[in-house]
Amino acid sequence: MAHHGHAHETNTGIDNRKLGFWLFIASESIFFACLLVGYLVYKGGYQPGVGPTDLFNIELTTVSTFVLLMSSLAMVLGVNAAQRNEGRLARRWVLVTALMGLTFLGFQAYEFTHFYHAGLSLSSSVFGTAFYTLTGFHGAHVAVGVIWLLTLLYHGRGAGLTVDKGDDVEVAGLYWHFVDIVWIVLFTVVYLLEFVQ
Amino acid sequence: MATAAKTLGFIPRPTAQTGFWSWVATVDHKRIGILYGVTGFLFFLVGGLEAWIMRLQLARPGLDVVSAKTFNALFTMHATTMIFLGVMPLLSAFMNYLIPLLIGARDVAFPRLNAFSYWIYLFGAIFINIGWLRGTAGGDVPDIGWFAYANLTSVQFSGGLGTDIWVLGLLLLGVGTLVSGFNFIVTILNMRAPGMSLMKMPVFVWTTLVTSAIIIFAFPSVTVALIMLLFDRAFAANFFEVVKGGSVLLFQHLFWTFGHPEVYILILPAMGIISEVLPVHSRKMLFGYSVMVFSTALIGFMGFTVWSHHMFTVGMGPVVNSIFSLTTMAIAVPTGVKIFNWLSTMWGGRLRFTTAMLFAVGFIACFTIGGLSGFMHAAAPSDTQQHDTYFVVAHFHYVLIGGTLFAILSGIHHWFPKVFGRLLDERLGRWSFWLIFAGFHTFAFPFHFLGLLGMPRRIYTYAPGLGWEVWNLLSTIGVFVLAAGVLVLIANFIVTMRKPMDAPADPWDGRTLEWTLPSPPPVYNFATVPTVYLRDAFWFHKHPEGKEKALDYESPRPAPIHLPGSSLMPVLLALAPTIIFAGVLFLRMRLSYGVPVIVAGFVIALLALWGWAFEGEGGSLIEPGEGD
Repeated sequence: MAHHGHAHETNTGIDNRKLGFWLFIASESIFFACLLVGYLVYKGGYQPGVGPTDLFNIELTTVSTFVLLMSSLAMVLGVNAAQRNEGRLARRWVLVTALMGLTFLGFQAYEFTHFYHAGLSLSSSVFGTAFYTLTGFHGAHVAVGVIWLLTLLYHGRGAGLTVDKGDDVEVAGLYWHFVDIVWIVLFTVVYLLEFVQ
Repeated sequence: MATAAKTLGFIPRPTAQTGFWSWVATVDHKRIGILYGVTGFLFFLVGGLEAWIMRLQLARPGLDVVSAKTFNALFTMHATTMIFLGVMPLLSAFMNYLIPLLIGARDVAFPRLNAFSYWIYLFGAIFINIGWLRGTAGGDVPDIGWFAYANLTSVQFSGGLGTDIWVLGLLLLGVGTLVSGFNFIVTILNMRAPGMSLMKMPVFVWTTLVTSAIIIFAFPSVTVALIMLLFDRAFAANFFEVVKGGSVLLFQHLFWTFGHPEVYILILPAMGIISEVLPVHSRKMLFGYSVMVFSTALIGFMGFTVWSHHMFTVGMGPVVNSIFSLTTMAIAVPTGVKIFNWLSTMWGGRLRFTTAMLFAVGFIACFTIGGLSGFMHAAAPSDTQQHDTYFVVAHFHYVLIGGTLFAILSGIHHWFPKVFGRLLDERLGRWSFWLIFAGFHTFAFPFHFLGLLGMPRRIYTYAPGLGWEVWNLLSTIGVFVLAAGVLVLIANFIVTMRKPMDAPADPWDGRTLEWTLPSPPPVYNFATVPTVYLRDAFWFHKHPEGKEKALDYESPRPAPIHLPGSSLMPVLLALAPTIIFAGVLFLRMRLSYGVPVIVAGFVIALLALWGWAFEGEGGSLIEPGEGD
């Protein structure tokens, strides 16, 4: 994350790290797409146990979704501040992003516990298997993002996340937005569509 | 070293230039290429040994060389080893060593990630073979076939640890492969020498680019399939539990959406090698360069549209079968185009039948035979007859040995002088070629007849009187001849490495940039970055043929060159998931220290990542000429 100083000129004009990261995101998209296919195949398989509409609390998940989406806004403001060389402000926004990510994870932990007590486990039905695997992998991605953001905060101790660390913040931002976009798809397909009549 | 490396990580960077630690900590693409090549070749020998034992068992009806259980382990590990531990790393060796040299770059885009890819490959390769220590009786060696169909892989039917070891090992190998994929795409798109537009790149660079793109889109689906299988086995999930409503076909679809692109991952770089070797030894420009490039890209794309031809017999219905029949027939077109391009390249050339050339021409012949039997599988009704018979075995041995392996051997003879500074002995080379060529056909051609006579794949023995005896015996004899050829090849390596390093920079009158460098190249590659004006720039630089300008060096005075610092973080970061997966294996074994081991793995991962981030790329400036 911390190698700067010798800016390499590239054929495409795109920084190596950024291009590499876009490719990583492309690959991760296929990963989530395959998990999602598994979920779509299995989402109806819960009889005689509990199913999506028995469990989902759409208001609660809407709130946690809103928190995660707003964290992307905080991330944008953080990247922007870093690029304008307002290091301390950038650091503050990255902290806010990480806290919102943690809040989302808290909601997810609550939701998982609640569902588990209501009778849905990884082995109770194919729906349970697919649900926990899909949303669990997304949650793990959010957790990795939070650790990354906290590492950035450490990286920016002192003068803050100044413009020389702009690319570091931007790449972390790419990851964060990607994880957010995945959640938009999951929230729509897993939760919202269950309530469409 | 002009300036000492500044260390911000918690483990100091090793600064040794030679010896064990210099190899462990190396980030130089040339050294990593050699590591890939040596390790891949060793595992290729292991896979060959497994094949040899199976052929002994099948030489006559009713033999008892190995038990049925061991035979299952052997065919599973033979395929897994050859594909993931032998052939892919050998191709990776060529990519690592050659891509920066072919495009005029200092190194790959991410040298430390490149080292990480190698180490995780090595650890994954050891991991997946670890079960042999406990023998095959308890099912601790993977014995589920290389495509591991659910639900034969459930705990109920595969109670041993073999399946878990296979799943975890492949996940490790997949991580390394994916990272290589990102690395090479960025390197090729971003780090070409001035003037080298995409359509001036050597074809091997193109095939590496397309192969890397296939990797990053194909590996996620097998990763998901493996994770599902792992969750079923380790955490009692239900993905493939039929009683709970799990679908065994989901595994097949996820596996083959990876599995079919995988065969193009194995063949496209091989085609790239052939496209480099043939023009040099024919002393003639590659015929139809642009068609070659577009065919490669088309194959890369269409490779994702044919996977269900592996599943014609599962009952997907006539419409689906017809669609996949058509796409499979269509993908033969760009492949056929390439065959004619290679033939036309040789047509009218001044041919030199060096060992490299012999293997390249052998490739064209053998790959065409494999392509023709593949085309027969495209017709769903005909495939129904051939499915799971030795006819299929014949097909993929023709494309993988006669195709990919011959290309690898051609490439080894072609670039050996560049890598090791010594020319391989041509007399021994010709011996090894003819033994391998004759042995291969003797061993694999009878499979066609065996398949049509109805011999199924994967049976460990058979009854006499089915008309299979003579073909099986012939095939086993062929393996001995093939093995003799490989032994001559190894003898050639040993004899050659004992000779002085006297290979010229350009022994074959080469066409591409690697031949402008001394053999072996200096650690910094190019003292001054070349500017490229033409395809095959070095050839036209030597033989203008009316072209005004092919290649020049803009800055006349060599400037100091930045070399990235060596680092121990890649090997440490590769160790972390290996430890985590060992912990998962302990959980499956119901050992109490499974969880602590997993936690320890995550801690090591975090430390390695932080060390990686905070030590930075580091490195030093070197004056060209220094240390030559």
